[in-house]
Amino acid sequence: MKPIIDFKGFSFKYRAQAEPTLRDINLQIMPGEKVLIVGPSGSGKSTLAHCINGLVPFSFTGEITGTLKIADKNPADLGLFGLSKIVGTVLQDTDGQFIGLTVAEDIAFALENDMIPQEEMFTKVDEVAEMVDVKRLLDHSPRELSGGQKQRVSMAGVMVDDVDILLFDEPLANLDPATGKRAIDMIDQIQKKKNTTVLIIEHRLEDALYRDVDRVIVMGDGRIVSDCTPDELLTTDILQKEGIREPLYIAALKAAGCRISPKDKPQHIETMELSHYKEAVSGWFEATEPEPVRRETDSALKVENLYFSYEEGKPILEHIHFDIQKGEMVSIVGKNGAGKSTLSNLICGFYKPVRGRILLDGKDIASLSIKERGEHIGLVMQSPNQMISKPMIFDEVALGLRVRGVPEDEIKERVFNTLKICGLYPFRNWPVSALSFGQKKRVSIASILVMNPEILLLDEPTAGQDYRHYTEIMEFLKQINENMGITIIMITHDMHLMLEYTDRAIVIADGHLIADDTPARILTNEKIADKAYLKKTSLYDLAVNCGIDNPSDFVERFIAYERKKRWKEEESCG
Amino acid sequence: MAKILSYEEKDTWIHRLSGVTKLIFFLMWCLVSMLTYDTRILLFMVAFSLVVFKISRTEWKQVSAVFKLIMLFLILNVIAIFIFSPDQGTQVYGSRTVLFHIAGPYDLTREQLFYELNVVIKYFTVIPAVFMFLVTTNPSEFAASMNKLGINYNVGYAISIALRYIPDVQDEFTRIKHAQEARGIEMSGKAPLFSRIKSTASIIFPLIFSSMDRIDTVSNAMELRGYGKHKKRTWYMERKLKRNDYLTIAFTVAFTIVALTITFADGSRFYNPFL
Repeated sequence: MKPIIDFKGFSFKYRAQAEPTLRDINLQIMPGEKVLIVGPSGSGKSTLAHCINGLVPFSFTGEITGTLKIADKNPADLGLFGLSKIVGTVLQDTDGQFIGLTVAEDIAFALENDMIPQEEMFTKVDEVAEMVDVKRLLDHSPRELSGGQKQRVSMAGVMVDDVDILLFDEPLANLDPATGKRAIDMIDQIQKKKNTTVLIIEHRLEDALYRDVDRVIVMGDGRIVSDCTPDELLTTDILQKEGIREPLYIAALKAAGCRISPKDKPQHIETMELSHYKEAVSGWFEATEPEPVRRETDSALKVENLYFSYEEGKPILEHIHFDIQKGEMVSIVGKNGAGKSTLSNLICGFYKPVRGRILLDGKDIASLSIKERGEHIGLVMQSPNQMISKPMIFDEVALGLRVRGVPEDEIKERVFNTLKICGLYPFRNWPVSALSFGQKKRVSIASILVMNPEILLLDEPTAGQDYRHYTEIMEFLKQINENMGITIIMITHDMHLMLEYTDRAIVIADGHLIADDTPARILTNEKIADKAYLKKTSLYDLAVNCGIDNPSDFVERFIAYERKKRWKEEESCG
Repeated sequence: MAKILSYEEKDTWIHRLSGVTKLIFFLMWCLVSMLTYDTRILLFMVAFSLVVFKISRTEWKQVSAVFKLIMLFLILNVIAIFIFSPDQGTQVYGSRTVLFHIAGPYDLTREQLFYELNVVIKYFTVIPAVFMFLVTTNPSEFAASMNKLGINYNVGYAISIALRYIPDVQDEFTRIKHAQEARGIEMSGKAPLFSRIKSTASIIFPLIFSSMDRIDTVSNAMELRGYGKHKKRTWYMERKLKRNDYLTIAFTVAFTIVALTITFADGSRFYNPFL
């Protein structure tokens, strides 16, 4: 059998760049194979995908050396449109790639462009919609769909073309954990049913491995670093070296000193052979000290019996009450559309609660304006592009002070101080456009910090970031939290974030508060996790399968252990 | 806000007509209304439009905001005509019956009043037709119809993709506005006009940048699915012409011919009651 994708000595350099993004790629993928491609941002994994679907070189030009054959043909001869008959790409942004005004039109889009007669389109669209289970949604507009449904529509949109290769570019990026799990399951079913070749590009390895894959390819610095089965890969230390997060249960097993072998089938924790590791794991658990309990402090933000609705009788939020203490780092979690953003809109004063009170330092803030609240509670949006409005870094950070009429000398001093805290001082005279995404994120945080808020409220602070950038942003927030005593509230559906960086998680599902507890306890409680579209952590399964009585304690101890390890590493790095 | 003048699915025979038919009707209707000043034809058209408007079951709240805006323009238009050309009516109808003197060169004449009345009626012949067309035609079908009439499909698709993303951009706008307000940029009516204009810049820039990201994604997604591959394309939402469509088109053509014949029969576009 001939490979369907065949890279030989392939390198690619973008026209605008000095260094090649892909170097000496040799990769063969057979028809019907299911391959996962992992790697940190900048490793070249997206470029590799672009070479396969033709965006390179047809949309992004550059220099190619070596050869690439797709279905035994040269992509240059096929052209972008010819390739689109062979390779179907599902992009990361489920919202942006939804082109049609309704589900049916979006699915039919490729057929329309191919001048397929209408009658044929109707049958074809029905058929594909059935396959991904969106048939009853055919006349819905994108606004009426959830993230997971949009993604299924995108899948249908490329499957109408009967493509041989399905390429998923970070399919999990915008989905909550439970929906992501379902997406992986759906991909698996389609692959089995149609025997399509499937390529999944993702940096969330643990979630992507939820269903079997044949091979995992690890990319690093433009090269293929490893190409083996998942069971083999998980026994090596390649992932750590390349800055990709290992599955948590694997990290825990390694911490307990176990040497994992491919024979144990480590790809899925549910079916992994653990009997000979039991002793080591429980030994490690006994020997590790539990986290000290956080000292109680005064209340920073208290919400009492909050109720909000647009129409009487149809509550968006109901009976919400919690008390966040000074210096805490808290996450507000729940699936998309559960009411998380409404809650933050109420706290910032964009909406007025119908009933209930919000107290800042024990004082009701109902009478404070949005601007006045903004001086105490700083809101940081998901993407820095949504906030940055000045071309120069200094002006951007100074904006909040200038509109408040602070004298220019004081502005200068406070902006410089803040830039120093955020590690941006060397760039103070730079234009914002010269910064990387992570640095822009810091600028957007700095522009809020400069106003000395007591509370920072962040919306999905790490969305779409790889492990290294995620760690960078989160460690920075942790620092602010510890050194400046700022209370941090994060709205997120990233389970790692809540588990590793927050003391407490407030879980909202369908407008109700369903839990307010430590993340470890929430992520080991199947009922709550299900309701909130989270998914229980694999550490829980590990603990249970190793016969540990108190799985949530195990989770807490392991997370604390990892955190300490990371700090030590950072200190030794200087 | 999102619902103003947007398509709403209803089951009337007007909704069931093909977009092509409605577009032809709409264009012809406007053409006749522009050409004729024959009061009898205009009055017939007003009556007919109102009946069609009623049949299309368009609700007042769908169109009220835009209607008020048009009324404002109508009033401005009528006043402007009077100020710049107070004797237009006399020129048109060839007589001058002064009702009373206002000031300077301005007399209120019966002919001028009648002329301006015709202008007002012209507005009212078109307004219900515009509304009816917009709220009963599915935008995708509209794009398909334009393409059918020989207009490049890029034009139609640009419109339907704009409609697709307008709500998303509106949401984004609100989110950005909120975040900037929290930073202390006053956007409400409390701030003076000049500083409000200045502060809109702080929304517009982030909005442009985040929209650019979106455009990138959309254009990649469209290319990857073969948009622009052929000179033609088919349309999922297209409606085939049925009996009612042919009847409507036949009526439209017949009406246009009759109306224009009556209008130009006596060599003038104007119906003159002053003879």
